[in-house]
Amino acid sequence: MGGVFHAAILFLVAAGLQLVFGVQKIFNLACGSFYALGAYTGISAVAFFTGHGGAPALFVIPLALGGLAAGLVGLVVERGLLRFVYDRDETFQLLLTFALVLMLEDVIRLTWGTAPASTGGLYLAYGQVRLLGAAVPVYNLIVIAASLAIALGMGFMLTRTAFGRIIRAAADNREMAEALGVDMRSVYARVFTLGTMLGTLGGALVIPATAAMSEMGIELIVEAFAVVVIGGLGSMRGAFVGALVVGILRSVAISVYPELEMLLIYLIVIAVLLWRPRGLFGAATA
Amino acid sequence: MRTATVLTLVSLTLLAIPLVAPTYYVTLMLPFMAYGVILLGLNLLFGYTGLVSFGHALFIGIGAYTGAVLTTRFGVRQMELILPAAMLAAAVVAAPVGALCVRYVKIYFGMLTLAFGMVFYTFLLKFYKLTGGDEGMRMLRPWLLGSEWAGFSKTAYLIGPYYYFSLAVLVLATLLMWRIVRSPFGLCLKTIRENQLKAESLGVSVPLYRWYAFMISAVYAAVGGALLATPTGNVDPTLAYWTHSGNIVFMVLLGGFSSFFGPLLGAFVFIFLQDTVMSVFPYWRLIFGAVLAFIVIFAPGGLMGLFARRRPVEVSRG
Repeated sequence: MGGVFHAAILFLVAAGLQLVFGVQKIFNLACGSFYALGAYTGISAVAFFTGHGGAPALFVIPLALGGLAAGLVGLVVERGLLRFVYDRDETFQLLLTFALVLMLEDVIRLTWGTAPASTGGLYLAYGQVRLLGAAVPVYNLIVIAASLAIALGMGFMLTRTAFGRIIRAAADNREMAEALGVDMRSVYARVFTLGTMLGTLGGALVIPATAAMSEMGIELIVEAFAVVVIGGLGSMRGAFVGALVVGILRSVAISVYPELEMLLIYLIVIAVLLWRPRGLFGAATA
Repeated sequence: MRTATVLTLVSLTLLAIPLVAPTYYVTLMLPFMAYGVILLGLNLLFGYTGLVSFGHALFIGIGAYTGAVLTTRFGVRQMELILPAAMLAAAVVAAPVGALCVRYVKIYFGMLTLAFGMVFYTFLLKFYKLTGGDEGMRMLRPWLLGSEWAGFSKTAYLIGPYYYFSLAVLVLATLLMWRIVRSPFGLCLKTIRENQLKAESLGVSVPLYRWYAFMISAVYAAVGGALLATPTGNVDPTLAYWTHSGNIVFMVLLGGFSSFFGPLLGAFVFIFLQDTVMSVFPYWRLIFGAVLAFIVIFAPGGLMGLFARRRPVEVSRG
């Protein structure tokens, strides 16, 4: 179950990465940094909430709101930096997101300090249940359910709403969409903000279960990267399956042969890249 | 010849630095020279062939760990043996890795190299008995030119014999790379970058040439890695971490990837600027991230591009 919880979080971050890559064709290395930013914002939001007499049992509300609010930084980044490089070679786009990785890591250190931070004992505020012979915190189940709901919501949004159709059209053929009167500037701004929010929400939701560290972003990006490669770049279904594969494999590897933990995942990534560079669901775009 | 004058002046300055500059700045020159070698190789891949590796730190790690393993486990202390061993180790790893990676370009090449880099990083981190895990390994002071330099203190050794040894390696590496990029081989690489289809129709085997470039750059990175390990005296897995790979690409871009000497300038500015920034403000990444964003957006030609605007830099989506 720990694996599924991890997969639920990974899915959120990877879905943000996929959405941005699918539409804007930018591989956002900073998605891990957004995740870290969401984690710290979530901690601050919860601390503020409980500090002002909020009931500890309701802590998920400020947590999620804090995570979503942190996602607004995506709008700033898109309007302030990324929009200048859409017509550049993807190398430069990649390096610009690397610049974000560097900056955000120190922004977090400056704002929240270098010591690990956490929400304290709220993780078990909802108690535990016994599932398949193991004690599972109810909080994990809430996050898994929320992640599933977001996955379904994203699917609905992409296939059934006008904005979703525009996103898919923009992903498929930017020029054509533009010629048909789609305002790409606004689509790009919204897509990037939405993608960032998925990442920051993932960071906020993971945080009751673990401690936030300023390096958590650069560590997560390689996992999110594994997810999207296994699933196929730009595919939402791919993000879902990839997250499950990586999350579960990791927890199995940790319990069976810890040395292999991430090694196994990278080897699978390499195998997938070599065998099917477009990933398992690469044909479909966001 | 303006270039020749500049080069002569730079060479004389480099020779004179240990004699005139404060010890601290001389020791800062050591990582510069090591990164100089690494970046010369990386730019053959990035600037000349058009492939951006996000896993090149893998080969820096191989070079550094070769030095550490040889000096601590096998008692091999001669730098003249360590460097060829590092080159060999890098070539052995780069041959299959490169053969797989060069089948892809752009983002897929970057991702695949990143994945290989992280495999090696995880290996260094997890196989504690072989590699010392996250603490890494010690790199004992290597002998130079068959001498132990036993009478020298650590600092005197570093700013004396080791400085000149590194400089000699850097100069050799530069001359060799100069020959490589001016050779028909180097021109083929540029043709591949500019127009792959044309290169193919002219009979250039694109994957093979990319593979050669990958091999050469990996060997360069290993030499630089071995040079880098001595001043620190310790090697650890972060040498192979993906952010290190990102940083060296940053250095190349900072100096200017479309110029031969750009990467060297980039390494120099990166190291001294990092040192200056860190002495007043510990959050160097914030400043450097902003610098990188500025370069990407406004000056993709890097510092060299600002100095000499002779060649327009091709950065638009191909």
